[in-house]
Parts: sequence; C-alpha cells; structure tokens
Amino acid sequence: MATSARAANDSPPIPPAPAGRPVRSSAGPPEKQSWRSRLYRWDLKATPYAFVAPFFLCFAAFGLFPLLYTGWLSLHQISLGGEGEWRGLDNYIRLWDSQFFWNALRNTFTLGVISTVPQLLMALGLAHLLNYKLRGRAFFRVAVLAPYATSIAAATLVFTQLFNADYGLINSALGWVGFDPVDWQSSKWPAQIAISTIVIWRWTGYNALIYLAAMQAVPGELYEAAAIDGASRWRQFISVTIPSIRPTILFTIVVSTIGSTQLFGEPMLYGGSIGISGGSGGQYQTLSLLMYEKGWVTGALGQASAIAWVMLALLLLIGLVQVLFKRLNRRKLEG
Amino acid sequence: MAAVTETAERTAPASEPPQGRFRFRFRQGAGRQQHAGPLTYVFLVLAALVSLFPLYWNLVAASNDTARVVSAPAPLWFGDELMSNLTRAWNDADMGIALVNTTVVAGLVSLSTVLFATLAGFAFAKLRFTGRGVLLALVVATMTIPPQLSVIPLYQIITELGWFDQLQSVILPSMVAAFGVFFMRQFLIEALPIELVEAARVDGANSLRVIWHVVFPVARPAMAVLGMLVFVQSWNDFFWPFIALTTQGSPTLQVALAGLGAGNHTIDQSVVLTGALISTVPLLLVFAFLGKHVVGGITAGAVKS
Repeated sequence: MATSARAANDSPPIPPAPAGRPVRSSAGPPEKQSWRSRLYRWDLKATPYAFVAPFFLCFAAFGLFPLLYTGWLSLHQISLGGEGEWRGLDNYIRLWDSQFFWNALRNTFTLGVISTVPQLLMALGLAHLLNYKLRGRAFFRVAVLAPYATSIAAATLVFTQLFNADYGLINSALGWVGFDPVDWQSSKWPAQIAISTIVIWRWTGYNALIYLAAMQAVPGELYEAAAIDGASRWRQFISVTIPSIRPTILFTIVVSTIGSTQLFGEPMLYGGSIGISGGSGGQYQTLSLLMYEKGWVTGALGQASAIAWVMLALLLLIGLVQVLFKRLNRRKLEG
Repeated sequence: MAAVTETAERTAPASEPPQGRFRFRFRQGAGRQQHAGPLTYVFLVLAALVSLFPLYWNLVAASNDTARVVSAPAPLWFGDELMSNLTRAWNDADMGIALVNTTVVAGLVSLSTVLFATLAGFAFAKLRFTGRGVLLALVVATMTIPPQLSVIPLYQIITELGWFDQLQSVILPSMVAAFGVFFMRQFLIEALPIELVEAARVDGANSLRVIWHVVFPVARPAMAVLGMLVFVQSWNDFFWPFIALTTQGSPTLQVALAGLGAGNHTIDQSVVLTGALISTVPLLLVFAFLGKHVVGGITAGAVKS
C-alpha cells in the first residue's frame, strides 16, 4: 500500500512525457498496459494532489509569498511604487524608539483585553441561559446572532451615532439615570470602551452559540451525578459545565485574541475623518491602523512591513501560549 | 488493489445512515435540559433587545432627516424620510453600484471557496497520499494568518498588474479559505463512507466522476452552509477591499460605507446610516430565512477543531 502511494512522489530523474509514465517501483512486471488503464492508475495517484493544489497554489501566491516578502520589505526603505534600499534592522529599531509604536501596541493590548474578556464571559452566561428548555429558542438564537451578520462598517457607523457625546442615545440614557454626559470620542478610556462595545456587540452571540453547542454535548449523567451530590445550579455550572467545555473555551480565547490583534475597521470608522490616526491624540490607534498610516498615508512601506512582522511575532507568541495551555490542560485531565 | 491503496481512513462500521440527513444540528436531549425560570427569560429578552436595538435604530435613523438624527435626544421612532434617504444613498453615495459589486464579489468568492474546499476537504478526509499530514497541518496553521501580513506585497502586485480598484483584486486572493478546507474535511470524514467511493472506483469511475456523482451529493448540505458562511464573511470583508478599491471607482459596500463614514461626501448622517442599512438588510434577510442553518454551521465548524 505504502509503496504505491509513495510512487506518485518518486518521479523519475528525467521528466517523462506529460502524463507521467507509470512508475514501476514494486508494482507488477512491466507488461504492456492499455492506455486506459495507465490513465486510470495515473488518475488515482495524481488526484489527491490535483484536489489540494488549488488551495495551496492560491495560498502560496496570495498568502505565503506576500508574508515572506513583507519580511523582506521590512528590511528596506521603500515607498509606494519606488525602489527599495537595504536598511537591515533599521525599521525595527525605529519602531522600538517610536512612541507611536508603543502607543499603538498598548492600545491594541488594552482594546483587546476590554473587548475579549467581557465578550467571552457574557457569551458563557448567554450560552448557559440558552441551554435551558426554552420557548422561542430559535428566535433567541437568531436574535443574538444578528449582530454577526452586521458588517464592521455598518455597526461602527451606527454605534458612532449612539455614542455621540452631544446627541447620542447612550448619553441620553445615562442622563435619565442621573449621570453626566461622557465624552466618548476624545478621552482615551471612554473612546476605547466605545470601540470595544462594538466588538463585543458583534461577537458575543457568535461565541455564545459556539459554547452552547459544546454545552449540549456534555453528557447529562454528569449533571445528574452532581445533583445527587447536592450541587446547586451555580455549582454545577462551575464544576461540570466549565470543565467539560474547556477546549471550546480555549478555542474561542485564541480566535478572539487573534482577532483583537488585527483591530482596524472599528477604530478607523469610529474616528470618522481622523480615524486613521486613531483619534485626535492617537488614543485608540491600533497596530493595524499604524501600519496602514505608515504604508498608505506616509508611504513608508518598509516601516509598515516591520509593523506587520511585529504582529506576526505577537501571533506566534499567542500560538506558543496556546500550546502550553493545551499541554497543561491535558495533564490536568490525565492527572 | 489500486482502489484499495487509495482508501485512507475506513470510517467506523457504518452504523448510522450517512448521506442525506443534515448533520449540523444541535443534539436535542443531550446535555442538561432543565426548564427555564422567569429570570432566564428576563435576561434573554434583554440580550435579544441589546442585539437588535442598534439594527432597529439604524432603520429609525434611515427614516428620519439628518436634522432630526443629530438633534438631542436622537429619535426613537420612524420618520417618513426613508424613500428620499434611500434615493440619495443609492444615487449620490454609490450604494447602488456598491451593492452590485458586493454581490458579484461575495458570490464568486463563495462559489470558488466551496468548490476548492470540497475538493481539498475530500482529499484530506478520504484519500491517502504522501505528505497528507504535513499539508493538513499547514492548512490549519494558515487559518491564523491575518491579512495584515500580506497586504503590502499584494498591493504592489495589483498595482503592477493594473488591477488596482478592480474587482478581481479582491476576488482572486479570497478564492480559497483554509477554514473551508478544514470544515469540509471534518464533515466528509463522518458523512462519506469510503465504501461508496470504492464502489464507484470498482465500476471504473475516474476521479471527476467520483467527485461529481459521489462526493458532491453527499457533501451538499455542508457545501450550502459553508457557502453561506463565506458569503457573509466576504460581504462584510473590510481591510483588504478598503486598500484595493476606491469609493469613486468600483467600491464594495464596505468600502463605500468607509467613504461615507470618513466624510468623502458631505456628511449627511441620515444618508450615511441609510447606506449602512442597505449593506445590512440583504444579510439580515438571509439570516431570517436560513438562520438555523447558519447557527448550525458556525457551531459545527468550531466545536470539532
């Protein structure tokens, strides 16, 4: 079995005619084969590669090559449409010395935390509620998923109005409860909270449904056993539900974290005409925004590429942490 | 012999009927099924309100004139300017052409993604070939690569090719999706009994016939769900289209909205929000009719990985 599977790869040193002669490694004697059966055998061997080829060709052209080339560009000084000039690690050193870079990195981090943590906690709670026997369950599920169908741009345009300091409904609502109006645009934390609200709004329902599916796969006996032991509903949630869906929780943490490192559309559109610089004082400029600003506003593609590769490094870091957690998780389950 | 070498994974004894039935459903009865108390409903209604209110308000804003929308307190009920706002958004703010462009892009992207994902997913699920494990790991790894890492060279490429501000610049790079390959593989591992493929092979079917007469019919429900997910994603895609297209040239809806938001046109908030409405309504209609399937697809894709 293995030999014939391998044969497809061991092409003879001198490339034969197009369709490739049947390679006789350990197959039968080299007797005459009809054209049809040759074609048939070749079909069997080449087919898997033909089927995965479109994906990998497209990925190589539009994913891998640009990824590596971005790394190459990051070592150059190069402007839009211009010739590059080798600069070594200059771009990275300049990033290290740039307060804008650190500001963007900090903002990406804080925005990531205040959008991801509440989002996933609320999603867990929501999934827990959706897991009860409900009237109108289909309605609730589709309703909480509606924000997912709303695009970043549409959602942000709506929320920008809702968060408007002068006439927005959110300040009106705060006023009704007796709070002073908040400046959601130019003060740093309110602006970041507003932006993370958009992210939370769009993704909480989506994550809740992922949790819900995982929760419904938890065997009912576990709950029965816990109930017999006198565990309250809350206790059951903490000691049965959460541990049982831990891999799913880890999955959503990774996906949301990766998503939050790329935050671009929300802060950009939230800032209106000054969105690309992340607000009047860069109070919500993210790494992605800074990259765009460097590349397409300043025209320094080398700098922009260096920022892109910093993001790659961040992702690798996240991946590493994930692997460590998975190990830990496995050990816990075994031990 | 040849037919056997190809079969990689024998599915567990085919106890369940594999084809036809749509598998992405919540397993009813599994897990806990206690009845919800009144407090649960209170919270759920609240969650539904929070989810739907911004969409409702979008409609409210699109039916009022700008003076109303930007006066405190903002309106909570419909006005009668919807038609005039729609006309202005359609004609003055390029939303009409953007709607057509977006439909073309999302349609082609989801067609090609589903096709290629099914082919590759089938190969990874059911065919044995050298390097399969490595290649599959590569597919999974590429799922996490953000667009930021490729846009700069891509921008240079499309400028070089003269594709800047043309729709193929956003279609071609999105023709495949690692997520889709993985999704189809997960589905076909369970849903397609290898015996079906073998039987077709014994009958002398070549690979194209196997795909057409065996794989596609079995994979159809998953293909539909994947197509929907990719369509939504492509419809809402922002970062790369924002770089590759312009508002004046051939914008997608998101690009046109970005132009509106940044004040390319004289800022007229009710028209801006009407634009947002135009971009959202088609997808909401899809969700209203096919929401259950979308829900099932999202969870099926996530839980198994």
